[in-house]
Order: sequence, then structure tokens, then C-alpha cells
Amino acid sequence: MDTTIQTDLEVFRMETKAWLEANCPESMRTPVKKFEDIYGGGSEATFDNEDQKIWFERMRDKGWTAPAWPTSYGGAGLNKAEHKVLKEEIKKLGCRSALWSFGLTMLGPALLEFGNEAQKLEHLTRISRGEVWWCQGYSEPGAGSDLADLQTRAVDNGDHFLVSGQKVWTSYADKADWCFCLVRTNPEVPKHHGISFVLINMRQPSVEVRPIKLISGSSPFCETFFDETVVPKVNLVGGLNNGWTIAKYLLTHERSMIGGISEAGQQKLLSQIAIEMVGLEDGKLADPVLRTEVAKWLINGAGIKWSMERMTDEAKAGAPIGAKSSFFKYYATELNKDKFELMLSMGGFEGLQWGEDYLDGKLARDMCRTKGNSIEGGTSEVQLNIIAKRILNLPTK
Amino acid sequence: MNLVINEEQQMLKTSAKEFLKNRAPIEALRKLRDSKDPKGYDPQLWKEMAEMGWASLNIPEAYGGMDFGFVGFGQVLEEMGRTLVASPMVSTCLVGTSIINFGGNTMQKENFLPRIAEGSILLSLASEESNAHRPLKVSTQYSKTDDGYSISGKKVFVLDGNVADYFVVTTTDASNASANGITLFIVDAKSEGITIEKKIMMDSRNAAIVTFDNVKATEADLIGEEGKGKKTLEKALDIARIGLSAEMLGSMQEAFDRTISYLKERKQFGVVIGTFQSLQHRAAQMYCEIQLCKSLVIKSLQAIDTDSPMLPYMASMTKSKVGEVLQLITNEGIQLFGGIGMTDDEEIGFFMKRARVAQQTFGDYNYHLDRFARLSGF
Repeated sequence: MDTTIQTDLEVFRMETKAWLEANCPESMRTPVKKFEDIYGGGSEATFDNEDQKIWFERMRDKGWTAPAWPTSYGGAGLNKAEHKVLKEEIKKLGCRSALWSFGLTMLGPALLEFGNEAQKLEHLTRISRGEVWWCQGYSEPGAGSDLADLQTRAVDNGDHFLVSGQKVWTSYADKADWCFCLVRTNPEVPKHHGISFVLINMRQPSVEVRPIKLISGSSPFCETFFDETVVPKVNLVGGLNNGWTIAKYLLTHERSMIGGISEAGQQKLLSQIAIEMVGLEDGKLADPVLRTEVAKWLINGAGIKWSMERMTDEAKAGAPIGAKSSFFKYYATELNKDKFELMLSMGGFEGLQWGEDYLDGKLARDMCRTKGNSIEGGTSEVQLNIIAKRILNLPTK
Repeated sequence: MNLVINEEQQMLKTSAKEFLKNRAPIEALRKLRDSKDPKGYDPQLWKEMAEMGWASLNIPEAYGGMDFGFVGFGQVLEEMGRTLVASPMVSTCLVGTSIINFGGNTMQKENFLPRIAEGSILLSLASEESNAHRPLKVSTQYSKTDDGYSISGKKVFVLDGNVADYFVVTTTDASNASANGITLFIVDAKSEGITIEKKIMMDSRNAAIVTFDNVKATEADLIGEEGKGKKTLEKALDIARIGLSAEMLGSMQEAFDRTISYLKERKQFGVVIGTFQSLQHRAAQMYCEIQLCKSLVIKSLQAIDTDSPMLPYMASMTKSKVGEVLQLITNEGIQLFGGIGMTDDEEIGFFMKRARVAQQTFGDYNYHLDRFARLSGF
């Protein structure tokens, strides 16, 4: 083993720890309770409190809002080992994310992979500095599970495109400055081959956004309408009619992300909640059927967690995750729905009260919201199609 | 700990797969069954397996073993599950060796372990008494005599009981019936007073009813201390539950692979049936369930190797999940093979039969869900 590298990394760890301890305000080391607890950036953004502002600005100036991105794009240029150390130290100290946005988690990786230098310089820098709020323009009223059938068209008009059509389920479009969007640039060829990936400035009169109300009450989702919206050609990413490749890349990303949600959000063990809500009789949960269901859920929960670990380890050993992200997405979202059904049943009459805080959240609303887990980012049925086709190689005809 | 097997373990897995494909395909089990073989396993095959070191993967080097670790051992078990090999591996190596290894004294280890390693003796645990797995409910009694002990009682579902050379038998103290302790003895199967009645199980493997009628034992036959056998018994059972789960994982993967192949070749309505979305979704769901089992099994095998305090939880989580999924996969296998799946000629049925016996061995789905919940405090 190379001892210099080992030592350098140890020094980096000590410095990182010291810096975080000196710079992360105490209130930014408490658990995240609500959406506003993490700064999302954007031109209209406001800080929830002074500590949040200080924490964000310090991390931004350090390049640690996007630690692994090159310094020329506002990152810190950390290598994999350093990035891991940083994440570990942040976790140890319990620091909140200083910035979280679709720009960081979704568009950023896609631009790093497919964008040209000018696009990276302009957009990555503004993302890492929290200056722009991005939304994702994928689904359409007629293109949900069959995403590639999208009809929003981009017409060539010299040095720019004119984009017209309707997007739906655009999260936080009402706050967004820009939208990364899939549009049809060639209607004559098979559907997957006529799609392009473009970046659209949302701050133009030809863009209209309407929020959608869900069964859970509120929601971040919107409908977005484009009416001859101007998109300069410099905002085409990855080449004309090559958008589906980027879309697939991003969807794989999104699926792993959604798949990880049920784990990340878990604060208290389901069995502990069950004990508090239902009680024990002779050391066993008073409801024997519920007891079985909870035991099954916990075993499946551990199983999916360890499966993600195993497949990550296998990826490091040379077997890419690829379509296996569909397995995570399918299983984890179905499990999350089961979990909220179990909690609602444990919650009894009180748990049914609309919009009231219960079990670390607004239980009834939260439960309704989980129903979308197996629809957004590709339905469970679409994930099963992908597994059948791409992993099991079952024939299509 | 990394959840990928290393190169050495992979090599063992590959060589096991190769050997079993040639030497012990399902055809061999069919022959044992059809010839009504009184032994119910192939002693020559077992000798060859022992020569390759398979009977000693969990025996310390000091006693002639390979001490290869359970993650490696699990790879062999998984491959054995793929071809449904009928062998004394579970009774002798998973349970027998574990009990001697964790509960036995130096003399017992020296006496038994090298002989297990070379494949010259078979051991079997005689613990079940009721009609389902209740290893801690023991009514077989021992009493003290002038020159040692005398054991009486009836044991059921004794795996490989008809071919075992020694029985590890669980007993309680006749003079102190209210005490909750378990005492383990190892006795020669040919001892006077032992009656063995062979039973043919649905998976064509061996199990027997073994009756002990004033069977003599000495101080040297006692494993551990009187009344203190529970810990050894539980640990050996947990190891056996995980090892058997590795075997079951192999069976479920093989049954699944065969089902998927069939979906790709069987034609109806002018197309291969694998094009039907209803069948594709069932296949994809099975794939997901198998992934969970794979992860639980490797985590559990690691828990044995690291002597984790979580071993009992891991064993119950894994055995219950693997049992549930193997049942699903074998049932779907027969359904998706259709009429041909119901015939004895087609091998998919063998997996279903083995699945049911493996399911009840060392505790079924319900037993382990209950145990997991109890261990977790709810």
C-alpha cells in the first residue's frame, strides 16, 4: 500500500473534520424535518434563517456544494476517496446538505457526461453556486409510461428552435428558472430516434405554469405549457435527435434516487412504532396479524438495503448496475407504500385526521403521497417490463 | 464487509458446479428414488466429495479440515441445491460438525472431526419430537446409572437417521423434569436399545424415527456440561439454517433459470409464451425476490464467519424469506411449465418436492417470522 496516499487522505480527513466543526452552525447539525430545512437555490430563493445562509455560502465558497465537480465549474475537484471522506465526516457530524436541487443531482451529472464545454461552464457553475432552480420537463398528458411517445415539438427556426406543447408532473416548475426538457425534433422517424434534449429558459412570457393538487392535498407538481418558446441552438445538449440516450441515463439516475428514499427517510424502526401504537401483550405485539406483517416488512426492508449494497459492490467489481436500478425502484417504492399502509393501520382513528401531525409527519397526507412512488420515475409495471426485457432477456415478439 | 465473493471462493463455486453437473445431476436423484436404494444416498459420491475437501470446509485445520469459511462453504451448498444432490452434507457437516466444533471437548474433536473430514463417518442430530420444529421442547430423558447414563425417548424427522453412524441426541434430566436445561449426548447408532425406522420423504431423501430405549452412555459421550447444551444446539441450528438457506438459494435459482428458458421456447397462439406481459411480470417479480434472498444469504454467511452476535436474527430472517421465496418459485415453475410440469418426466417437480422438505427442516416460514419478531422485542 502506498503510504503517501494513505497519509494525504488522513491529513485531508483531519482538515475536513476541523473545517466542518468550525464552519457548520449548530442549528445546521440537527435532523431535517421539513422541505424548507434544506436550501434549494434559484433566482427567487430565500433563506429559511440566517444559519442556513451562512452554511450555504461557506460550503459554496469551498466548492463543497458539488465537491466532485472540477473547480472550473464551481466544484472542489475532489477525487473519489476524498469525496467519500467528506461524506463520512459530514455524516458523523450530522450536517445538513448545504444545497439540494435537481440541477445538482440530475442535470449536473448529465451535462458532465453529454454537455459541451460552453454548456458546462455556464450551467454547472451556476448550479454549484445555487443561482438557478432547474425543473425536469419529461412526462406529457399522452406520454407517461410510454415516455418516448412525447409530442412537444421543437421547430427549427434558424439559430433557434420554437418549442410548443404541454409537459405534466414538472416538479417545482412554479419556482424554476430553467427546464431541462425532452422535445420532438423529428416526427418522421421511429419515436426513440426523433427526440432531443434541450435547456429552456422558463422566464419568458411564452411559458405558462399551473400547479396540480394531488390526493394528498398539496404537491410540488405542475403542468407546464410552451407556446412557441424560443430556445437558442446553443442550448441543445448531446446532439440533434440524441435525446433518448440522455433521458435513459437520467432515468436510471432518478430510479436509484427514488429507490433510496424509503431508506433515507426512515427515522424510527417500524417495529418501534408498532409497539408504541398497538402495545405488547406477553412480550408480543397485541395484534398477531400485524406482528407478522411488520416482521415481513422489516426482513424485506433489510433485504432491499443489502441488495443495493451488494449490487454497488458488484458494480465496483465490474458488473454495472444498469437495468438493475429498475429492481431497486420497483421494490423500494412498493415497500414504502406497504410501510405507510401499516403505519396508517397502526395509527387508528387518530391517524386518519387530515393534515395533522402524527408519527413524525402528516400521516394521512403522507400515506396518500406514497401512492405516487410507484408511478413517478416510471411505473412499477414499466420497471417490471424493463427487468423482463433487459435482465431476463424475455422476447418482445 | 464487501458483499461479493472473492476469487478463491469463486474458484470453489466453479469447480463445484462442474463436478456436480457431471457427477450428480438430478438424474442421479431419480435413480436413487426409482431403485428404492436402501441408503438413499450414494456413498461413492460422498467419498469423492470428501476427497475434494467438501466435508471439511468448516472443520479447523488442526483436526484435518480446510477451515475455508462459510461464505466459501455456502457456494458449494448453493451449487448442490442446483442439482438437488442427496447427500449427508446437511446432517453431518452443517449440524454434526457444528455441534462437535462448538460444544465438544478436545477429545471429542480429535475423535470425530478428522473422520467427518475424510468422509468415513456420518452424524445426525436427533432433536425433533413433535410434528413440527420445536428444538427446545425436549421430553427424551436421561437418568444417571452406576456406570454413566441411560437415555430413553422417541425422536422424529432425524435426517439421514437410517445411515448415521452417530446420533447427537437432545435430552432432559429425568430427576429434575422441571429444569429447563438441555443435555447433549453423542451415541453410537449401533448401541443396544436404538431402533431406527426409515421414512421416505417427498424429496426422496432420508429421514427416520429413532427410538432410544435405555440406551447406555458414558461421561465421555456427554457434549458440554449437563443441562447446558442449549447454547451449542441453538448455534449449530442457526448455522444449519443459514447453510440450508444457501442450498435453497441454489435450488430457487436453478428452478427459475429453467422456467425462464421454458418461457423462451414454448410456443402457443403462434408465439413464444415469454412474450406475454402477464408472464413477464411474474418472472420479473420472481427475479426481484431472488435478489433479496441472495443478499440475505451472503450477509448471513458472513455473520457466521465473523461470529456476529446478530447470528440468530440473521438466521431467522434468512430462513423465513428464503423459504417463502423458494415456495413461490417452485409453484410458479410448475404453473408456467403447464401440463408438462405436472409430469414425473419433467424435472421441475423435483424442485417443488425438495422445497417443501427444506422449508420445514430447522423451522419453517412461520416459525422464523415469530422467532425474528421475538428476538426483536415485539
